[in-house]
Amino acid sequence: MLDKPVETGGKKIFETPLYPYRQSPDQKPDAKVHHPVVIIGAGPIGLAAAIDLAQMDIPVVVLDENDKVSWGSRAICFAKRPLEILDRLGCGDPMVDKGVVWNVGKVFFDDRQVYDFNLLPEKGHKRPAFINLQQYYFELYLVERVFDLQRQGKPIELRGGNKLVSVKEKDNGVNLSIDTPDGPYRMDCDWLIACDGAGSPVRAMMGLDFVGRVFEDNFLIADVVMDADFPTERWFWFDPPFNRGQSALLHKQPDGVWRIDLQLGWNIDKEKEKQPENVIPRLKAMLGDDVKFELEWVSIYTFQCRRMEKFRHGHVIFAGDAAHQVSPFGARGANSGVQDTDNLCWKLKLVMDGLAPDSLLESYDVERIHGADENIMNSSRSTDFITPKSEISRIFRDAALDLSERYDFARPLVNSGRLSVPCVYDGSPLNGPDLLTDAPARTRPGAPCPDAPLGEGFLLGRLGGKFQLLAIDAEVPDRIEDGGIVAEALRISAADDPSGDLAARYLGAAKSAVYLLRPDQHVAARWPSYDEAAVKAALRTATGRA
Amino acid sequence: MAKLNTKPNIAAPDDFYADLLAIHDGLSKEESDALNARLILILANHVGDRETLAEALAAAQARN
Repeated sequence: MLDKPVETGGKKIFETPLYPYRQSPDQKPDAKVHHPVVIIGAGPIGLAAAIDLAQMDIPVVVLDENDKVSWGSRAICFAKRPLEILDRLGCGDPMVDKGVVWNVGKVFFDDRQVYDFNLLPEKGHKRPAFINLQQYYFELYLVERVFDLQRQGKPIELRGGNKLVSVKEKDNGVNLSIDTPDGPYRMDCDWLIACDGAGSPVRAMMGLDFVGRVFEDNFLIADVVMDADFPTERWFWFDPPFNRGQSALLHKQPDGVWRIDLQLGWNIDKEKEKQPENVIPRLKAMLGDDVKFELEWVSIYTFQCRRMEKFRHGHVIFAGDAAHQVSPFGARGANSGVQDTDNLCWKLKLVMDGLAPDSLLESYDVERIHGADENIMNSSRSTDFITPKSEISRIFRDAALDLSERYDFARPLVNSGRLSVPCVYDGSPLNGPDLLTDAPARTRPGAPCPDAPLGEGFLLGRLGGKFQLLAIDAEVPDRIEDGGIVAEALRISAADDPSGDLAARYLGAAKSAVYLLRPDQHVAARWPSYDEAAVKAALRTATGRA
Repeated sequence: MAKLNTKPNIAAPDDFYADLLAIHDGLSKEESDALNARLILILANHVGDRETLAEALAAAQARN
């Protein structure tokens, strides 16, 4: 028995206006409208940014010309790190409760299965390696979290039917013109965060670059509702009989919806290929004639790997696809966008509060451009494997696939998308000293804190949203303050985790450790024991005040 | 060239060379290309060491 998709008055969730246009007092003639932060775009990234800021009591207004969640599964795979960030944003549970967790993948080449694999996710984490979830649910739970925050009186506003028509930078702020069903109005803001997607109107209005590599290929993506007994696995085909010379992907989503991606090649008629009479025979060839299914959504996409030269332009800051675009292999789009806002919001808060210099925001560029470049590199490599661009590259690709059937060694060479993992901000100007000798590299300065069991719960549940001094079997004061910025102590012991994961991830061979952690749960610096002057210096470095 | 052995290292080189050609006997160009690619990947995995492999890639690239 299939779950029914969430219905609202007989409509599917993506057909339901969630934040319909309402006239705002801002639209009164002669109103002098000023907001500290305005976000353009109520997609996953804009909503994540808005929630993060509102949780810190920064008033935020989100503008979107639409009033619904997006149609179609789109982003579909959400990785562990974004789920951990969503926990901090107060909406990780509904995502994970609804999402589909899978660990087994199968790889097919030509007419046969060449191998299967089990991800065997590392133990001792609250969240799975990733979940499959339609983007409309992802957005829905974020919107519901926005409504929760509103009920709690937090300063967060979501304005549907508000279309940005012009952006003008002014001294220490931005001037916006917005169109609505009741006509245009204007507002000023101190900071504008553009989360308006790959085709970013803000970027276009500002005449900013967006350069990179276009991949000459088309993919048909379909969300198919079917009552089929395919297992909860990821199946990837290279050059299958039902899609010769191309690739295919089958992925399970909640509500009995399956996601199918079929590579179509370059010279095709997109409009024609999207028509059900052309899509259905393709799907029948793939799924078998006797499988009953219904199309929920069909789209054709081409993709590009590119990024802006800088993400921050004065008081306008770009995040998510607006700032960088990757190929879909490896699920690095929405996943990296959520990490953008995780990186940005605490910095913006410190700058707005006058506790850190404006230059702290330059580190957003440094750190997230590093992340974007890593994602672009990985997803370009996957694309080059999946869609070989030359004869010799196809020959090597097929050789690796052939060998993978018989020999283990070739399996790591097969690249059908490398799962999004968070990047370590090595070389960031915010990183302090790494004086904990014999400690694991995975928790070096710049790294995101890996989760670990802690008592009845997990470590990450107790981290984030503020600077913290994590003391493991070490003495630290309750709080330390420098220039108005406070780091609070969290004292734990390796003995709090009998499994040993905590010690393995944070101590290695060391007996004790003191970590300075950022509000985004990244490591700023670490030492074997507490030294007030050293911690204060690292706190200054981590906040751009060194 | 620090790690890649570029000195003679194959016993009975004529025998090896004959074996190498023999596995291509009767193959089309396409089949031979595929076989060569599989062979490169098998040998590269056996070497494993990234520095040695990088030197091998450079050595193969170098032309007089």
